[in-house]
Amino acid sequence: MQGGAGATEPPHPRVEAAWRHDRERRVKPSRETIAAIRFGYGLRPGEAPPADADALMAQLVAGPAFAPPFASGVDLLEPFRAFEAVRTDKSEMAGRQDALRTARQQIRQGFARAQRDRAIAPIFSPHGFFERLAWFWSGHFAVAGKNLPAIAFAPRLEADAIRPHLAGPFRLLLRAAATHPAMVVYLDQTNSIGPNSPAARGRGGLNENLAREIIELHTLGVGAGYTQQDVRQFAELLTGLTYDLATARPDFVPRRAEPGQELILGKLYGGAGPDIRDVHAALDDLAAHPATAKRLCAKLAAHFVADDPPESLVAAMEAAWKRSDGNLSEVYAAMLDHDESWSRFGEKVKQPFDFVASAWRAVGATAEEIEALHMDSRPRAFLANPFARLNQEPYNPPGPQGWPEAAEAWITPQGLSARIEWVSYLAREVAPRRDPRALLAEALPGVAGDATTFAATNAAERWEGIALALVSPEFNRR
Amino acid sequence: MDRRAFLRSGFALGCAAAAAPALTPLRLLAAPGENRLVVIVLRGAMDGLGVFPPAADREYAALRPGLAAQVSKDLVPLDGRFGMDGRLAALEPLWRAEELAVAHAVSTPYREKRSHFDGQDLLENGGEEVGVLKDGWLNRVAALLPGATAAEALSVGRDAMLLTSGAAPFGSWAPGQQLILRNDERGLLTRIYAQDPLFAEAVAMAEALSADAGERRESAAAYAARRLAGEARIAAFSIGGWDTHANQHGALGHPLAALSEAILSLRSGLGSAWSRTLVVAMTEFGRTARENGNRGTDHGTGGAALLAGGALRGGRIYGSFPGIAERQLYGGRDLEPTEDVRRHAAWAISAQFGLPRAALESAIFPGLDMGGAPGWLA
Repeated sequence: MQGGAGATEPPHPRVEAAWRHDRERRVKPSRETIAAIRFGYGLRPGEAPPADADALMAQLVAGPAFAPPFASGVDLLEPFRAFEAVRTDKSEMAGRQDALRTARQQIRQGFARAQRDRAIAPIFSPHGFFERLAWFWSGHFAVAGKNLPAIAFAPRLEADAIRPHLAGPFRLLLRAAATHPAMVVYLDQTNSIGPNSPAARGRGGLNENLAREIIELHTLGVGAGYTQQDVRQFAELLTGLTYDLATARPDFVPRRAEPGQELILGKLYGGAGPDIRDVHAALDDLAAHPATAKRLCAKLAAHFVADDPPESLVAAMEAAWKRSDGNLSEVYAAMLDHDESWSRFGEKVKQPFDFVASAWRAVGATAEEIEALHMDSRPRAFLANPFARLNQEPYNPPGPQGWPEAAEAWITPQGLSARIEWVSYLAREVAPRRDPRALLAEALPGVAGDATTFAATNAAERWEGIALALVSPEFNRR
Repeated sequence: MDRRAFLRSGFALGCAAAAAPALTPLRLLAAPGENRLVVIVLRGAMDGLGVFPPAADREYAALRPGLAAQVSKDLVPLDGRFGMDGRLAALEPLWRAEELAVAHAVSTPYREKRSHFDGQDLLENGGEEVGVLKDGWLNRVAALLPGATAAEALSVGRDAMLLTSGAAPFGSWAPGQQLILRNDERGLLTRIYAQDPLFAEAVAMAEALSADAGERRESAAAYAARRLAGEARIAAFSIGGWDTHANQHGALGHPLAALSEAILSLRSGLGSAWSRTLVVAMTEFGRTARENGNRGTDHGTGGAALLAGGALRGGRIYGSFPGIAERQLYGGRDLEPTEDVRRHAAWAISAQFGLPRAALESAIFPGLDMGGAPGWLA
C-alpha cells in the first residue's frame, strides 16, 4: 500500500488535519497518559496509570483475575434449556405456550441485564489494556443476538473463548471462538448437514455461512487468494460441528458429517472417518497462513493507533507474529515497543462503548453509584444504559464483521449529538462533587488544549464545564 | 479575554457556524429543482429469485422444492412469468399504477468472493473493483450537482453509510435525535471544535437537523419523506435482514414488511412530490438459485433491484432474465447477471438531476457503460 509512515497519506483529510494540529500544539501528553488513554479506558482519579509498555504487558497477566465490583450474575442458559425442553417435548403438555413465553421473556430480560453488566468492568478494572483487548477480540469474533439461541449464548463467547485466550497463540483463540456454541448458532452451523451423511437421509444440506466467515473475517480476509470452492470444501469439513446444550460446549456429531476428504487451499483434510481433529487441523492452518498475520496485525494497529496505521508498525507486529508462531502477547509487545504507537496522539476516536467507560472513569464514579444507577428504573435509564442511542450495544454488533473502525463512522451528526446529550445528563449527576478544573487535570493532563481548558473553566455552571470537557475533541480522541 | 468578551465572541462564532457550508443545504429554500431521488440499500443480499420469483419457469420448483411451495401460497402475480412475495402485496396497487418496477438479473461488477462487506462496499462506492474508491457514489453525485449547496442530501439512520460519505456535505440523522443548544452553549462548543472539522461539522449539522427532529419511533422512510417534501432532494437509508441462510420464508417477513412500509411511507409522505420522485432499492448481490439444506439460500451473484416512484414507467419487469436451467446458471449455482445494476442508478441520476453521461460513466460510476435508456424512463 503506502511507503513509510512519513510518506503515508491518510484517507481521511479531516482526521489528518486534526491530529496534525495536535502534533503542532505545545502540550504533550506524558507516556503514562498515553498508556492509559490510548491503550486503556482512560485516567481515573485514585488509580495509578500504567507507567509504560511493560506495565501494559503486565496487565495481560493480572487482567483475567479482576472481578467487577458487582454484577447481576444473570444466567441465560438455564431458561434456554427450559425453553428447549418444552419446545422439543412432543407430548401435548398443558400450559406449553405459557411456559415457552415465560422462558423467552426470561432470556430476553436476562440478555438486557448481561448487556448492562458488560459495561461495568471497563470502568473499574485497573487493567484497561486487557479489557480493551477483550472488547477488540469480541468484535473480531462478532456474534449478535439475532434469535433466541444466539441471545442465550452470545454473552458466553467472550467469557469462555476470548478472555482465556487473548494473550496466547492465535490458533487457540481461533479454535475456541470459531467453534464456540455462540458462533456455531450465530452463523447457522447447527443447520449444516453433510448431504451424503447418515443424518441427511436425502434432506440434509450444507450451509456455507460459518465456513465463509471464518476464512473471510476471522482469518485470511477477503483479499487473500481463496475461491468459492475452498469455502464449499471447508463447509463440508465443518459438517458435524454443533453444540451440546447440557455442557454449553462445542460438540461433534459424526453422523452429520460429510464423508470423504476435503481440499482446502491446496491441502487435503479428513478421510479416516469424521473427526473434530480435522476441523482443528484446518483451523490451525488458517491461523498460520501469512495473510492472517498480515491482516490481524493491521487490524490491531488500526484499532489502537491509527485508522490508517503506519506500515512500519504493522511490519514490526507481523515480524513478531512470525517469530512467535502467532503468539499474541509477542504481537502486542511489538506494537507497544514501536515509536509510532506513542506518537500521533489523538488520531483515533473513542468508540461509544469506550467513550462511556472513560467518561465514568474521568468523573471518578464509584461502584455504589453505578450500581444504584443500574437498579434505578425509568427516569435515568438513558444515563445508565446509553448504548442503543450511541449505536454500540454490547453483544449486539451490526453483523459478523464487527464494529466499524474509522472516526467518520462514529462522529456523525447523530452520533455526536447522542454523546452530547448523554454527557449533559452525566455532568448534572456528578456536578455536586466534581470540579471541571480537577477533571481536566486528572483526566486530560497535557492533553486538553487552550480552547477546551478555557471553555471548561469559564462555563456558566459547573455541570456545563464538566460537559464541555467530556464532549471536547481531546476527550473523544486518543 | 474576560468571560463576557469570550461569551460574546462565542455567540458570534455560533452565528458564523450557522452560515457554514455544512448548514446551507438546509437553510436555502431555492432548491435546484423539484426532482427527488431516494436510494435504499438492502443489506445482507436480498434473494431476487425468492422475492420476485420466475414462478412460471418449470425449473423453479425443482431448484427450490421447499421455498417455492412456501412462496407460492400468497404469490402476487406480476406478469405471465414473475410474481412477487405476498408480504409485498400492499405494493400491488403501485405496480398496477406503473409506479413500481423490478430490474431482474442485475448485479454490481463484484464476482466470485461473495462477501457481504466487499459486496456492499462496491454497491455503495460505485466502483468496479473492491478497495479502490473510498467515498460513496451518492456523495459524489451531491458534489457534482449544479447548485449542490441548495440541495439537501440526507442519510437517515444510526449506522454510517459509505454510500453518502465523502467530501460533499451530506447530513446524517436518526429520527428522534435532537440537539438543542443555547446561544452560549453553542458558542463554547464552536470554540472547542474550532480546530477539529470532524466534530465541528457533525455538531453544526446536528443542530440544523434538530429543527425538525421527528419522533423516535418514526421510520427512516417516513422521516425522509417529510424532509423530501420540504427542501431535501436526495435521501438514503438502509434496510437490513436479507441474509437468509436458514428458514428464508419466515426470515424475510421483517425485511419485506420494512421495505413495503418504506415505499408506502415515501409515497404518502411525499404527496404531490411523489410524481417527481424515483426510488432505487438495491442489494449487494443475489443468492443461490437452489435452496440449501436449511430452507435458506447462500450467497450468490445475480439479483434484483426494485424501482418505485411517480416518475417511473413501471408495472414491468425490466432487464434480460437469462433463465434458471442448469446450463444457464452462473457457475452452475447462481442467477447469471445480465446487467450492471449501476446502470439503473446512473439513469435515475440522469433523469432526476441531469448529470451528463460523461460524468456518470467516469466520476460517479467508473467503467460503467450506461447503454441505451432503460424502459422505465418515462
